[in-house]
Amino acid sequence: MAEPMKIRATLRGDVAEVRVLMAHPMETGLRRAGGSVVPPHFIQNFTAQLNGRTVFSADISQAISRDPLFAFKVKGAKADDKIVITWKDNKGETRTDETTVRGGS
Amino acid sequence: MRETRRSVVRAGAALGLLAVLGSTLFGPGRARAAWNTDAFEAKSAEAAMRALGITHAEESKDIVIVAEDITLNGAAVPIDITSNIPGTTRISLFIEKNPFPYAGTFEFAAGAVPFVHLRAKIGRSTPVRVVAAAGGRFYMAAKEVKVTIGGCGG
Repeated sequence: MAEPMKIRATLRGDVAEVRVLMAHPMETGLRRAGGSVVPPHFIQNFTAQLNGRTVFSADISQAISRDPLFAFKVKGAKADDKIVITWKDNKGETRTDETTVRGGS
Repeated sequence: MRETRRSVVRAGAALGLLAVLGSTLFGPGRARAAWNTDAFEAKSAEAAMRALGITHAEESKDIVIVAEDITLNGAAVPIDITSNIPGTTRISLFIEKNPFPYAGTFEFAAGAVPFVHLRAKIGRSTPVRVVAAAGGRFYMAAKEVKVTIGGCGG
């Protein structure tokens, strides 16, 4: 089981700024260790929902850095709205975490 | 007997339909195409764009790519991408000189602002190209990022 994501969603005006840190090795499949190739192991896609509606989604490659950090913005969000993020990797492993939007400036 | 058999067939068909509906409505790939293996395994940005159906991308100053001009650590290069083109639904990133240049596509819906911040692996100095999809058309911009390996130039 992968480590939980760290998600922070802060309201600026009516725009929620969401930052998510995913714990994942993001192995490219091109790296060698101890004379053998480390097999690829990386997140392939993730989606973010605001109160159950998909607002942001991505298909990504192994070119995204280890322990991926993403930030995105959602207009029309309110304090206490629910953000749910799910990722899935090339081995079929998935992880879902959530947070609520915090009121900001 | 006939009647029973028919209702079994009917029930089977209904189940099949439910399964199809279920995977369409509730599956992980809902409203999204599958991970595009051809694009992700392409060895050039051009081939990846072809696999993604990106054609006739027009140069645009309304796509803003913010990244360091020179970076010491190619393992995690912060990149901010913003599209100021109205109606942008999708942004794709290509790191042209990486072994697999296509790094990903980000989709915006229901109020999401066409902006993404990410950290990418960049093997060596390269143009970083962004293609935005808006109103059924493609727009692109590029930025050169230099990677110094071990701080000894490059």
